[in-house]
Amino acid sequence: MNRKRVIVIGGGIAGMESAANLASMGYDVTLFEKSQELGGHLLGWEKLFPTMRMGKDVVKFLDKGVHLAKVNIVKNSNITNASKNGNLFTVSCGDGAKYESEALVLATGYDIFDAKRKEEYGYGIYDNVITSAELEEIFLSGKPLLTTKGEIPKRVGIVHCVGSRDEKVGNVYCSKVCCVTAVKQSIEIKEKIPDSNVFCFYMDLRMFGMHFETLYKQAQEKHAVNFIRGRLSEACENMDGSLLVKVEDTLAGKPLRMSVDILVLMVGMVPSEGTKKIGTMLGMNFGANGFLKSQDQHTMTSISNIPGAFFAGCCGSPRTINNVFADARSAAMMTASYLEAYDIEERITYI
Amino acid sequence: MKYDPFVIPFCLGAIILAFVLIYKYFSWIFALNKTDKHKILKGIFSVRIFKAIKEVFLESLLHRKVFRVNPMLGYMHMSLAFGWLLLILGGTIESKVHSLKMFNTPYEPIFFKFFNHDISMFSGAEEFKFVMDLLLLFVLSGVSLAFIKRFYSKLFGMKKTTKLKIGDWMALTALWFIFPLRFFAESFTSGIYHNGGFLTGTAGNFFASFLPLENLTYIAWWAYSIALGAFFIALPFSRYMHIFTEVVLIFLRNFGIKSTKEYNSFSEFEIHSCSRCGICLDKCQLLTAARIKDTQAVYFLQSIRYNNLKEGKAFDCMLCGKCQEFCPVAIDLNNIRISKRMEFASGNNNFDYLIPKIEKTAPIIYFAGCMTHLTPTIKIAMESIFKESKTDYLFLDKDGGICCGRPLMLAGEILNAQKLIEKNVKLIKELGAKTLVTSCPICLKVFKEDYELDIEIVHHTQFILKLAEAGKIKLNKSDLNVVYHDPCELGRGSGIYDEPRTLINKVGNLKSISQEKELSLCCGSSLAGIQLNSVQKELVRIDTLKALEKNNPDCILTACPLCKKTLAKDSSIDVKDISELVWNGITESKIVELTQNSN
Repeated sequence: MNRKRVIVIGGGIAGMESAANLASMGYDVTLFEKSQELGGHLLGWEKLFPTMRMGKDVVKFLDKGVHLAKVNIVKNSNITNASKNGNLFTVSCGDGAKYESEALVLATGYDIFDAKRKEEYGYGIYDNVITSAELEEIFLSGKPLLTTKGEIPKRVGIVHCVGSRDEKVGNVYCSKVCCVTAVKQSIEIKEKIPDSNVFCFYMDLRMFGMHFETLYKQAQEKHAVNFIRGRLSEACENMDGSLLVKVEDTLAGKPLRMSVDILVLMVGMVPSEGTKKIGTMLGMNFGANGFLKSQDQHTMTSISNIPGAFFAGCCGSPRTINNVFADARSAAMMTASYLEAYDIEERITYI
Repeated sequence: MKYDPFVIPFCLGAIILAFVLIYKYFSWIFALNKTDKHKILKGIFSVRIFKAIKEVFLESLLHRKVFRVNPMLGYMHMSLAFGWLLLILGGTIESKVHSLKMFNTPYEPIFFKFFNHDISMFSGAEEFKFVMDLLLLFVLSGVSLAFIKRFYSKLFGMKKTTKLKIGDWMALTALWFIFPLRFFAESFTSGIYHNGGFLTGTAGNFFASFLPLENLTYIAWWAYSIALGAFFIALPFSRYMHIFTEVVLIFLRNFGIKSTKEYNSFSEFEIHSCSRCGICLDKCQLLTAARIKDTQAVYFLQSIRYNNLKEGKAFDCMLCGKCQEFCPVAIDLNNIRISKRMEFASGNNNFDYLIPKIEKTAPIIYFAGCMTHLTPTIKIAMESIFKESKTDYLFLDKDGGICCGRPLMLAGEILNAQKLIEKNVKLIKELGAKTLVTSCPICLKVFKEDYELDIEIVHHTQFILKLAEAGKIKLNKSDLNVVYHDPCELGRGSGIYDEPRTLINKVGNLKSISQEKELSLCCGSSLAGIQLNSVQKELVRIDTLKALEKNNPDCILTACPLCKKTLAKDSSIDVKDISELVWNGITESKIVELTQNSN
């Protein structure tokens, strides 16, 4: 029997999970990953909110999924062209290899916001300003969190919404994961350095997921993390390398300055370069924020404007891991139903 | 006395016009403050009056500044203004020579050919005929160009022309009719009496060959008189009010009267001097890039004049000053906009909590400004340059100083701005420094214009250049090809174009771009653009970046932290402040020196 083929681009959570599901349904699935390892951004996170389970645990689950279902995996792929000709999708790689399929799932994910664009926070200028992703790397490496002088920080500041909900950098959307990541990371800092003081500077705390609120309460009650409502205006370096932050405490209604030894920026998500590149190659529609746009916000999620092309995960919008799982499976389902000639478009009625 | 009823419309129009103008001008002059009135009295009896007359001749008649924008447009304005005046002067002389009287009825020169059929009697009559016809042709060429411009403005270098009000249309139509009607009236008369020159004479003979001129001539004179009368009556209510007002304005300006931050009756002279030529339209990025069609200087002044200014129109302008740079009447447009913002200003804030504390002092004080604090690389570069040059300086706002006041000023909150200025002035005076250096052109402008400090106030580009010229720092020329973005407040705002360029040429290769210096574009984030939304700002920003990135330079340089921050948002090319490039050069040369020494 000639099996129908599906190309999945992007080997992060969304790509792996949709590939695994499609392959387990009997399709001939090829998964492309630009790096040498599957797992995407998840490889960089140590513990996951809200349960603090290990990120690699989830990677294992995903790995098993693609291997058990016998997904063809192309690593280190450099896709130079992706297009739809007639009913077939063609993907060409830098090494000259060409792949064809009847359907395609784009799971090219997000990039981390470049914190240098918020120059006033001093990332890339002052040594002790790091991003949440870099903090996670430190946790993952098992090394202690130290200032550049090698001292244990006594005070750590955490800045929420860096590159999210910020008209000044052109990103007006919420990246969803940073609030709870900040809560998670502040607990972790406190667990590793119990004597330290951790200050979170937030606009709003969006604890929308199940158990997020519990984690937030825990951070306050058990770990005495300070939550200060107010956006940071600027940070500058003191003589000793510590950072002076200026912020308005909007609950107390007064300007505030304080010194911290390390400042962690909660960087948000932006549409990845890969999403922009391959989405454009395929002629997919992008929404106002630069993420891929589905045919209908409520009823046609994962379905792109190109028949047979679907998308999953954070290339559509910022999402948490469990939402990416749900989205990946939904995209797999939509892809399968397309290949089985189920016409979902038939159901669309506009009033 | 020569009289015919057809002169009534003309006379009536002229009398009404004279009364309206005299009433308006006198009431505005009356409302001026004492010092300004005194200036007028002093000015009238001084040499300044000759300067004013010269300027009136060059600008109101020859329209020199319009010529600079576009020669066709200049010719059109000149032929109408200067041509018409010459026609009046020529007619006056002609009628006086003819009648050999010092005084005749005021309308006689205008309708000379109607009243004087046999004009070959006096000496020079032929020459007069020729000159008067030539002048009429001159004016008619202007009218035809004005007509063409309405439908094909691109020919005059204008993409957009002003949308007109009803009053303008009435006056415009009358104006269009005046000279063709004069041409017909004189030609018809000449067709019967052969008193025309090369133009009206020839045309008269031609018309006589197929038209019943005996009936038409009188009608044509009536029509000519009505067109004149209609134009005069419509004039004070239309844009043509500028014809006379600009003349008065030029005199007042030459007498030393300036626009102030507050809207006053001098502002009335200014807004009535706007001819709505629309030159400002194409210069405005809010129109060309952000597609805002109703806020340009011409519409803004119009809405003040007709008392329907809406708050949005006062507050969406970026005050980049480009329109002002090209205004042929040189109206102080930014000042008028700020003065109108004042009318919407609300606040009377209490800044008592701001208590400046400075212990030491130094001959040079550095005021980075809030935007520089938000772009720390500039601040670091400046501090390093100060240290490198061994400058004894005090970083006045290191731990957050008091705002310079310019943002409030731009918002029309002059009272609040004044309070901040007072605090800073007191502080700076106490310090007794010689020089005030700032990194922010926004601060620079307010320091220079509103602080009344008796010390040298310089932008950091000027200061660094001086350090380099005095040999206090050694600059290192890199191979980078750079372009320079003139910040509005530094360039058009403070007239500083050359020092930044001289400095850049010492540290890189400055490439010129299509829109620089007076023509430079705004980054889009001007603090003045209070009502602009992020999309509109982005459109301006992208427009500006397109011009800067055109020849793919290695680096875009600017001299304003706000411009830098704004342009960096969307630029694919590195955006830096000049000070950063200077400091990079110094550190690089040090590294070279170190390696050479170790070798």
